[in-house]
Amino acid sequence: MSGTYLGMPAFPEAAREAVGNATLRGNLRHATHTIRAKRATAVSEVSDWAELREAGKRIKDHTLRHLDRYLVQLEEAVTAAGGVVHWAADAAEANEIVTQLVKMTGESEVVKVKSMATQEIGLNEALEAEGIHAYETDLAELIVQLGKDRPSHILVPAIHRNRGEIRDIFAREMSEWGRPAPEGLTDTPAELAEAARLHLREKFLRAKVGISGANFMVAETGTLVVVESEGNGRMCLTLPETLISVVGIEKIVPAWQDLEVFLQTLPRSSTAERMNPYTSTWTGTTDEDGPQNFHLVLLDNGRTDTLADEVGRQALRCIRCSACLNVCPVYERAGGHAYGSVYPGPIGAILSPQLRGTGSEIDASLPYASSLCGACYEVCPVAIDIPEVLVHLRERVVQGGEVTREGNKVVLRPAKGHAAERAAMRAARWAFTHPGVLRGGQRAASRTRRFHPRTLPGPGRAWSGTRELPPVPAEPFRDWWQRTRGGKDGDR
Amino acid sequence: MRVALFLTCVNDTLYPDTGRAAVKLLTRLGVDVDFPMAQTCCGQAHYNTGYRHEAEPLARHFSDVFGEYEAIVTPSGSCGAMVRELYPRMGERARAEGRGDTLAATLAPVVPKTYELTEFLVDVLGVTDVGAYYPHTVTYHPTCHGLRGLGLGERPRRLLRAVKGLELVELPGADECCGFGGTFALKNSDVSAAMGADKVRNAESTGAEVLCAADNSCLMHIGGTMARLRTGMRPVHIAEILASTEEEPAV
Repeated sequence: MSGTYLGMPAFPEAAREAVGNATLRGNLRHATHTIRAKRATAVSEVSDWAELREAGKRIKDHTLRHLDRYLVQLEEAVTAAGGVVHWAADAAEANEIVTQLVKMTGESEVVKVKSMATQEIGLNEALEAEGIHAYETDLAELIVQLGKDRPSHILVPAIHRNRGEIRDIFAREMSEWGRPAPEGLTDTPAELAEAARLHLREKFLRAKVGISGANFMVAETGTLVVVESEGNGRMCLTLPETLISVVGIEKIVPAWQDLEVFLQTLPRSSTAERMNPYTSTWTGTTDEDGPQNFHLVLLDNGRTDTLADEVGRQALRCIRCSACLNVCPVYERAGGHAYGSVYPGPIGAILSPQLRGTGSEIDASLPYASSLCGACYEVCPVAIDIPEVLVHLRERVVQGGEVTREGNKVVLRPAKGHAAERAAMRAARWAFTHPGVLRGGQRAASRTRRFHPRTLPGPGRAWSGTRELPPVPAEPFRDWWQRTRGGKDGDR
Repeated sequence: MRVALFLTCVNDTLYPDTGRAAVKLLTRLGVDVDFPMAQTCCGQAHYNTGYRHEAEPLARHFSDVFGEYEAIVTPSGSCGAMVRELYPRMGERARAEGRGDTLAATLAPVVPKTYELTEFLVDVLGVTDVGAYYPHTVTYHPTCHGLRGLGLGERPRRLLRAVKGLELVELPGADECCGFGGTFALKNSDVSAAMGADKVRNAESTGAEVLCAADNSCLMHIGGTMARLRTGMRPVHIAEILASTEEEPAV
């Protein structure tokens, strides 16, 4: 993944800042609780939701198992339809390909419809370095771009902003990028939407190059699919002369019919809608209609390595619906930026450390950014057992082990900073496999209970800073049991 | 029926009253309860923090200690879920790593015999009215591993509704995690504390005197937050409510 987010502090520090920001917490709480409730209603309307979820999981698992075959089939179908397929092993390669393609058109600006893949590789920055301006056209992406901000949610990148903040950003920044915001702009949704519409319309009509992502790619027909709510995506896909789609290799489904499952589960899980307002599909090029040049850049960037991991590979089933973000109590308090990646929330916590490795401080901290409450697994429309992968990645962080990096097996050493914890876990394991030792410890704690401090030193300070410690009882249960045999020998 | 009480290391060390209540309740219902003295910890803290290899000997020890009993009952949804959900997974992983079937075979016998307390009462003993008396307003927090790991569903609420004198009030946002999460409370203490504070505020809004749950570790976190925020509410384990009678009421 791109270096854009690296150098971030570890999750706990980043989250601390968010927890302390009352406006941010209020915005996040309001947004996630609203969509959470709506999703539950939308899902409950479908009588065969459990079957759809299982079908989605199986289709994705099957595709991932035979990914090599389906990718070749896709390439053949796209080529036959008049498109050109490019393969990118990593971010640098993908950026280079796209930059060259844009340069060949002679253009210096492009319009973009939301593509997490291009954010993952830092494409906008790479284009900018070559003098090419990329304009985000999804409303929320526009807000993020104008605000010189970073996205904080998969579906609603500007979830952390409220209406007042958005009005200020529009009024202040739009003129720098194109058509200014209307005079006297208020923070009513209709006025904000109209301002964005006018600003963007100018760009759509001028642009010769469009860059998109895709929600799905159909192997049998070479068709790409984007689902969206605003119609801006359709403008980007149809108006320019050249269309470049940058898509992760895991977005493939074998057949057109498979879309039936995902076009039901994705909208209900993400926006709590029965279907998406706009579902656009495009297959290669068509004479005198739509873009006359179509390029598909297939992005690996750590995906094949992730696929090599038996437990972790299920993360590649993700259809980016963001249901896990909206139910996650940790995301709700920490916000998306704390995850240090274009993929925030529970899915980000398992995806980023696999795509990028666990080498950086932020990536090593992400598997711990969860209380393992399981709400994410419960709502996931493709049944990714996120808690299972989190624990699996924690193991990788503290114990090291074999992983695949750029196709090669490498043995990771345990991450730094866990030596004391590892020693404590070993000591606890030793005590727990020697019941007499545990008992001795309990007795010592009970005997000294009057002298116990009310606050703890070291890592325990994190507990006693906000919570009272439970008092140690005068007698542990097992001593009472031995004295009374459960009350049979006297004192209860 | 010869039933072993698995009290969990946290209950044993810090909350012996829960253990005494479980013994009292089960005995009252005609169950012959034993407490194997060699029991220690199920290994959940190790497993969930990433130390699976440290957790394996603890799981083996658990199977050695409890394997001979007809049923293993624990007043902890979280430790119950460890045995039922994660012991089979530990066996699978050992097999996938080429270590054979030994671990899976050792752990398999205890998995189907392990019950969380309210599950045992409702499913095995077939009772919902345990003859309890508890004249207080109570709100119930379904802890995550009990709710999603074991699927306890309405069982605890059905038991509570049958308690004489008890008024059960619904907890807003009941299904949301309290923020304990084992070592999460230490590693991400700010987020954990914020989650705990929201849980306590929701509990306070019910006007209940008592917040009850089927897991002492969550109650330790919620109760510690309640005490720090000076709410006057009390955290009480469901076993203590169900053990309370008119003759011997819980305090």
